Amino acid sequence: MARPLINVPAKVKRGEPFEIKTLISHIMETGFRFTTTGQRIPRDIITYFSCSYNGEEVFSADLYPAVSANPFLTFYTTATDSGTLEFKWIGDNGFSESATVPVTVE
Amino acid sequence: MTRLAPCWQAACVAAVAVLIAGVASGADIPLEQRRSGYADLGRDTKAMQDDDTANPATLWVLDGEALWNRKAGGTSCADCHGDAAASMKGVGTRYPLFNEALKKPIDLEQRINLCRTEKEKAPPFAFESRELLALTAFIGRQSRGLPIAAADEKLKPAIEQGRKLFTQRMGQIDMSCAQCHDDNWGKHLASSLVPQGHPTGYPIYRLEWQGLGSLQRRLRNCMIGMRAEPFDYGAPEAVALEAFLMWRARGLTIETPGVRP
Repeated sequence: MARPLINVPAKVKRGEPFEIKTLISHIMETGFRFTTTGQRIPRDIITYFSCSYNGEEVFSADLYPAVSANPFLTFYTTATDSGTLEFKWIGDNGFSESATVPVTVE
Repeated sequence: MTRLAPCWQAACVAAVAVLIAGVASGADIPLEQRRSGYADLGRDTKAMQDDDTANPATLWVLDGEALWNRKAGGTSCADCHGDAAASMKGVGTRYPLFNEALKKPIDLEQRINLCRTEKEKAPPFAFESRELLALTAFIGRQSRGLPIAAADEKLKPAIEQGRKLFTQRMGQIDMSCAQCHDDNWGKHLASSLVPQGHPTGYPIYRLEWQGLGSLQRRLRNCMIGMRAEPFDYGAPEAVALEAFLMWRARGLTIETPGVRP
């Protein structure tokens, strides 16, 4: 149950900036906490996020333990041609999630 | 000195009287003064709740939608109830409700588990499990924007019990819910604003929890703060308190799923 939630306008104007909002379900366990019996809870976070448009990277971010659970990342980009936005989240314990969203330029 | 003494006594008596009046007013908040905790949120938190794609609770709502359609023990919620947008509209405004078979009030979480064990013949979800919160949030979401319904006659004893619990001092700090949420709402407890405590957005995404939680979890949270022994999940006292809080918030708008600090 870790499907991401992405909000991109269905149609964008050529060359004009538009907002992309992403939200993904993840516990973002810091690795600094302990159980009641004193055992360290191992770190389990998303470490890397990237967004590319028609194969070209337009945004990326490194994430660290201070980022809260269910990371919400929002950023802007511009497009000159219709195409596909590809999103990728990579994290500890082999976590990997991806999604694609089509964008129509008019 | 002796001539001053009566004056001092009078001042003391007056001070104590003011204190008693201030502490023990115990009156309900006038209907027109009631407001959801949403009104006291910061701009950023409001924006987070208002935009479904920024509200982290949406992740649970979507999980709930998937669970609604998934078969458990041979049946799914959708097999009986169909489209939740139609069949579950308004349900979140009514619970807790009096259950005729069990002869006691039950809340929405208990209703979902009752459906699971009786109709689906599947094991119940644990309280505060991701699945139960997801389904509750999904069902609650269908009532967003609707006013909290007036309580059924049969719920009156539970509401009265809830009112007693709400106004009763408890725990090591010897405080009642009412002392904060009826008498001192709008003021501050340390840096936190004391809200009126209306259950308009449950289950809520609480930033402090970094996750979704039920009304009962929130009540337990307050009770731990009062250093009282919290009610068990699903305990009759907890449901009675929920019933009273819903009655107290009658007419206010459901915001499920809400975001709170």
